[in-house]
Amino acid sequence: MLKKNKLAMFGLILLSMLVILAAFAPIFSPYDPNAIMEDHIAAPSMKHLFGTDDLGRDVLSRLIFGGRVSLSVAVIAVAVSLTIGVLLGCISGYYGGILDEIIMRFTDIMLSFPTIFLILAIQSVLTPNIFNVMIVIGATSWMGIARLVRGEFLALKEREFVEAARAIGCSNFRVIFRHILPNSLPPVIVAGTLGMAGAILTESALSFLGLGVQPPMASWGNMLMDSQSYLLDAPWMAIIPGLVIVLAVLSLYFVGEGLREGLNPKE
Amino acid sequence: MKKYIIRRLIQLIPLLIGISLITFFVMHMAPGDPTSLFADPNIKPEELARIRTNWGLDKPVIVQYFMWVKNAAKMDFGYSYISGKPVVDEILERLPATLLLMSVSFFLILLISIPVGVISAVRKGSLFDNLFTVLSFVFMSIPSFWLALIFMMVFSLKLEWFPPFGNLVLPCAVMVTSGLAGITRYQRASMLEVLGQEYIKVARAKGLPEYIVIFKHALRNSLIPIVTLLGLSLPDLFGGAFIIETIFAWPGMGRLGVSAVFSRNYPVIMGITTLTALLIVLGNLLADIGYAFVDPRIRYAEKK
Amino acid sequence: MEDNLLDIKKLSVHYFNKGNITKAVENVDLSIQKGETVGLVGESGCGKSSLALAILRLIDPPGKIYGEIKWKGRNLLNLSSSEMREMRGGDISMVFQDPFSALNPVFNVGEQIAEVFRVHQGLSRKEAWDNAVRLLGLVHIADPEQRANDYPHQFSGGMKQRVAVAMAYALSPDLLIADEPTTALDVTMQKSILELLKELKTTILFISHNIALVSELCGRICVMQDGRIVEEGRTVDIINDPKDAYTAKLVNSFREINLDINRS
Repeated sequence: MLKKNKLAMFGLILLSMLVILAAFAPIFSPYDPNAIMEDHIAAPSMKHLFGTDDLGRDVLSRLIFGGRVSLSVAVIAVAVSLTIGVLLGCISGYYGGILDEIIMRFTDIMLSFPTIFLILAIQSVLTPNIFNVMIVIGATSWMGIARLVRGEFLALKEREFVEAARAIGCSNFRVIFRHILPNSLPPVIVAGTLGMAGAILTESALSFLGLGVQPPMASWGNMLMDSQSYLLDAPWMAIIPGLVIVLAVLSLYFVGEGLREGLNPKE
Repeated sequence: MKKYIIRRLIQLIPLLIGISLITFFVMHMAPGDPTSLFADPNIKPEELARIRTNWGLDKPVIVQYFMWVKNAAKMDFGYSYISGKPVVDEILERLPATLLLMSVSFFLILLISIPVGVISAVRKGSLFDNLFTVLSFVFMSIPSFWLALIFMMVFSLKLEWFPPFGNLVLPCAVMVTSGLAGITRYQRASMLEVLGQEYIKVARAKGLPEYIVIFKHALRNSLIPIVTLLGLSLPDLFGGAFIIETIFAWPGMGRLGVSAVFSRNYPVIMGITTLTALLIVLGNLLADIGYAFVDPRIRYAEKK
Repeated sequence: MEDNLLDIKKLSVHYFNKGNITKAVENVDLSIQKGETVGLVGESGCGKSSLALAILRLIDPPGKIYGEIKWKGRNLLNLSSSEMREMRGGDISMVFQDPFSALNPVFNVGEQIAEVFRVHQGLSRKEAWDNAVRLLGLVHIADPEQRANDYPHQFSGGMKQRVAVAMAYALSPDLLIADEPTTALDVTMQKSILELLKELKTTILFISHNIALVSELCGRICVMQDGRIVEEGRTVDIINDPKDAYTAKLVNSFREINLDINRS
């Protein structure tokens, strides 16, 4: 348990550093991320801490601005998936019956698709840009949350405080949102944190394939796309953005696990 | 058990309907002439007219949907824009390669994850277990496509142990490394749950040696939920395979699908989406039947 | 006394959890002679189960056993783990409280009894199986050859418990510990399990919170409270003339039930 706490602290510190770097990108970034400098494919040096890419742009600057992009996509995507998932889960869990059946069937159907490919298919009919990436990721990752919330509601709606609320005349709407939902939040918060980790991974995969964030806007994923042709000549182009993704996702996992332990006072 | 299987088969129907609906209407968001959804843009007018009738492209969307479903049921998904060949043929040509990659990878994953998960659970809290927990988080944070790039860089380009394209070893290695952590954690959790059961204590009270308690009594029970996991992992296995095939130029369905996305080859995209979803649904069904087979509580009815 | 089967002296079981010590059993002395049926009574949480598990050395960390458990003169706590393992099931065995979770759901009941024979006596598969069927008949399960192939979920609660008794009695142990064997069953089942235990030719340590049941089966009763034995003696004496206040409370709460005190 103590070990989990240490990991969670480590995750929190790491995450905070990444968020601060992203939020204050213009301050921390040594150069303009799209500025083309003289040295192409320059190895890491004092001038360019992580080297430059094939177009002569500073990798570190792109990394920092890319972080802004990747993290915001993750946040919005999770917000979308939480909105859909919580809404559907509430209705399903609270009302039961045919509504529950329909929503759960819909969830099963969505879960039958290979998510990445479904997103790719959707992106093929749209023009990929940062905005539809956020929405599409959110629209294809709500299923776990819906099931989670539904489960919480099924358990909670039998409790006395729900009967008490109804007895004093609360409308269903109030009961759901003001009474039951706040009690079901802890696992949802954990799921949201873990969802952000997943969203970063998904967005980077999409951008890597060229169907996510479009260049020249930097994202960790599309930086890796550029690195493919230079694996031997400029390995730092491939290694570093990937490591940053790992660190970001890892920190979110640690924080998520820490929250899970913290919000669940069971051994 | 028969009732169980029949019930599961019936539940398939709404699933298949839903899959077809979503696939069809997502694709219909594509801009441009609906004809283009099923026909090569450079096609002759008579062909175009034939396709129009066949797929009902001059009729309302609902009718188009039903015609598409009718054709899909016959395994007719139209023709690829790029090659002009029937979509079904193109997909079936490449399906074995994808299935090969996925099954070899999954088999290797199980080979490693079951022992590691069991040891972790039995030695809970030990250095092995703690190390495993931290490492599993790290592995889960690694994007598989990045791992593919690194493997290619190191083992293919730098060390020249394997060719970068068309070889099974590296794609398999990436899939195994990526998928290991999740399944091992699952196995560990399953084993821990079983070890806490009363019948394990009873087995020890009977004087059975510890290795029989662990490998006969505990392991068998802990493996039952793994069967379900097989089904649940399919979407991610497919997704991972698709991207990895693209990077390593492995001639599978995924590579076809991703390049179809790039070239807006809609018939192929729809075909792959539908068939993959179908395979996932069937895979889950098989996993559930397997589960019923392996758990005596479902396989044999209650008596008295 | 020298001809005691089991001689427990100053037995303590402590659980250590993050700096807290839970004293489940504290300084218990208990002796059992061959052929006796001894009852151990107390409310839940008084330590009776920990005492039972300690005899079999089945206390897992973070628990620790202190004191002396002498079995036919040898201290069980000094035995190696393999020596202790041989004792379990063979010399001392146990029937657990919850029949619904005590049987492994993926093996048929015949196998769960037969493996005891294979492990302890090295019998062949066939011999062990035949013995298992014999045991099922002994505990009055109808059609034992057929039923041995059935799985635990195909038996009722009472019958599951009979299977558990068969498992524990298989090697004709010198001591059978029954830890609340009837608590999870309904009243009709309770009677039949009690009758079954009476038929067994072995020394029994019967643990329960129900003093009426205990007094029906046992000739001697030990009363346990908060980890300690507060009173012990012949059943007749305990029931008619309890010396300890707690014992009196227990006895009085079951006064309404017609106790057959001529059995002692």
